[in-house]
Amino acid sequence: MTIDKDLIAETYSPLSSVAAVSEGLLSVGYISSEEISTAIYLAVHLRKPILIEGPAGVGKTDLAQSLSRYLDVPLERLQCYEGLDESKSLYEWKYGKQLLYTQILKDRLNDVVGDAGTIADLTGRLATFEDLFFSHDFLEPRPLLRAMEQTSGSVLLIDEIDKSDEEFEAFLLEVLSDYQVTVPEIGTIKANVPPIVILTSNNVRDLGDALKRRCLHLYIGFPDAAREREIVRARVPDVSDSLLTQLVSFVQDLRTKDLRKRPSISETVDWARTLLLMHADSLDEAMVRKTLNVLLKYESDIEATSNAIGSMARNAASSSESKRLPSGYPSLS
Amino acid sequence: MSAERTITDFVRALRSADVKVSTAETLDAVKAVDLVGYEDREFLKTALRSVLAKSEAEKDTYDRLFELFFQRKQKEQSEKTESSEQDAGEDSGEPQNFMDIAESSDEAVIEMALERAGQASGLQDIRFSTQTSYYAQQMLKEMGVREMEAELLEQLQAHTPEGDAEAERMMDARKKMTARAIEFAKQQFEVFGAGATQQFRDDFLADKRINEMDRSDMERMKPLIQKLAKRLVSKHSRRKRQKNRGQLDIRKTLRANAGRDGVPFDVHWRQTKKDRPKLVLICDVSGSVARFVRFLLLFLYCVRDVVPDLHTYAFSARLKDVGPYLDTSLDGFESAMERILAEIGWGSTDYGQALSDLQVDHWSKIDRRTTVIVLGDARSNHGDPRIDIFEDLAAKTKRIVWLNPEARPLWGTGDSEMLRYFPHCSTVTMLSNLKQLERAIDDVLMHYS
Repeated sequence: MTIDKDLIAETYSPLSSVAAVSEGLLSVGYISSEEISTAIYLAVHLRKPILIEGPAGVGKTDLAQSLSRYLDVPLERLQCYEGLDESKSLYEWKYGKQLLYTQILKDRLNDVVGDAGTIADLTGRLATFEDLFFSHDFLEPRPLLRAMEQTSGSVLLIDEIDKSDEEFEAFLLEVLSDYQVTVPEIGTIKANVPPIVILTSNNVRDLGDALKRRCLHLYIGFPDAAREREIVRARVPDVSDSLLTQLVSFVQDLRTKDLRKRPSISETVDWARTLLLMHADSLDEAMVRKTLNVLLKYESDIEATSNAIGSMARNAASSSESKRLPSGYPSLS
Repeated sequence: MSAERTITDFVRALRSADVKVSTAETLDAVKAVDLVGYEDREFLKTALRSVLAKSEAEKDTYDRLFELFFQRKQKEQSEKTESSEQDAGEDSGEPQNFMDIAESSDEAVIEMALERAGQASGLQDIRFSTQTSYYAQQMLKEMGVREMEAELLEQLQAHTPEGDAEAERMMDARKKMTARAIEFAKQQFEVFGAGATQQFRDDFLADKRINEMDRSDMERMKPLIQKLAKRLVSKHSRRKRQKNRGQLDIRKTLRANAGRDGVPFDVHWRQTKKDRPKLVLICDVSGSVARFVRFLLLFLYCVRDVVPDLHTYAFSARLKDVGPYLDTSLDGFESAMERILAEIGWGSTDYGQALSDLQVDHWSKIDRRTTVIVLGDARSNHGDPRIDIFEDLAAKTKRIVWLNPEARPLWGTGDSEMLRYFPHCSTVTMLSNLKQLERAIDDVLMHYS
């Protein structure tokens, strides 16, 4: 198979400009930023994988999912962990099926070899069947191979690459630079339409330079208040404007504190849902104290902020007031 | 200047600032520029950032250099178009004479001459800020200052009022151009040399003796320690597994092949996991050693990702567990250190008492997988050094590493008990600078992999 330029262009045509990327992602509920859209745009047009780093819960994995939803192509997801190897990521032979077929064929073996005179003759005849067992029919494709075999493009998400071993990282290089994989018994399989490859990392360990060099690099950090409001609005549409402003400004304030784990977007969204369930229409100290464990995941963090909660809640509560003054509150929808 | 040239120059600037950019990435950058064009600066900046800068630290450097570099380029470009419009009517020849350049009313002419002279004298290789005046001189030479000076001498020797006035004019011009050249060289240093200087300074600092450091050195040490520690973390973060081939892991093999009727297609071997580092740190925080303790603690604090099991004790007279003090973020480290020194760092040092405190209160935290690191000068004010406890400790642990800030010839002199502790330690190292500290910690961690 050769790379078909027209087909590639057609598959990824919705991503023809940075603005188109942003709009497309927005249409499936992902609020992008200039930086994210530019990286996606470049990845498609330079045909390079993207390595996304950033704290947990800022939407790294979600980006890949949204992209596949928007392009309407399959998402192949490979979750990395210590000890992940080729048989889990690339392909595996269907041993059971092979065994079963051998059992069935056993009865018919006489028909095949019945009149073979010499050993050489016998091996010659058997050799013609050898390829049968190591053919595509007996191959169990795993995410990497599946992504290469998609005829109409796909999004390949290699999640938390930093959790895998260094050997696996080296193994990925062939996939990432040439969009092809090699199965020794069959040969090299090259992607017809290269997938959009997205790797994510939480920085558990430093990745190798060879891998970094092959990828575009994107850092997704915590969003600013405006983007965070949009994100929460998209995920929790029922939340009122004033509460939204208050809770986002509270979380933004909280992130500036000295914490062991700072709350992410996913925590903000969870908190918005929690507040909604509790029928809160504005922030007050008691409410924040009751629900703080949604935002902060360490007891020491909750204790450390305990003294400041009151003033932070008041600040956040007043933030929506000041924003609703004369000029009019900007519509978020 | 062509797009390729601009990008390669920029890449050069990045490399000198310790951003590692490969040739392949440079090619990608050129392709990216083809794709996005130069029109939208922010777009270009974002696009190139994702191609060239591959970590958070690199992104910061990138942002700074991008502004510096392309500001200049843009100025250059706009001036070029401007001056070419102006020149269209006049003669298109460039002014070559020094005085023509210096007295040109057109700022663009001066800028361009500086740029050209800078390139001719290899200004891009500038590495140290002290080189600016040297390069400025070279640039003036390129612009023909020698010829001008010859003429200047002639005029002075003529001893005529017109000659003096002419000489005055020339000297003014030279002064003005010297200032401009130095300013230009400084700018270029910011782009091409500042990063390299930082690298040089770091290397120098890592070699400098810790007790000779002044306050400004100490402040610069913090990021440097973080950098060195990070290097160690990535080196040791991989938990090594040893395959012990030859011993079949029957349980795992059966489990893996259950679907195939127990026919062992997929064979698993026993694996032994290496121990995670387990460190117990005993620090003498009396006056003479306190400074070293700060660095050792900061260093270990930065590598705690690979050393989850770390107990820290400090003593001068009595031993105290200072682990809880250090359970803060990096910003809180300094104040934690102050507290430790204020609470424990007084009284006369007594190694014997510290060892017996360790035996009484914390003996259970030490086992055969523990490495004990002792930091101190072993000056125990002639008290009983309690060698017996130390001997027990040595038998109980994996290794004892002693870091002594004093030079070897001083060991055992006066009230130093170093030579009596010596036989029971696995290694005793002199600790005088950061490099030795890094090597010592590396060595400790190495024994766990």
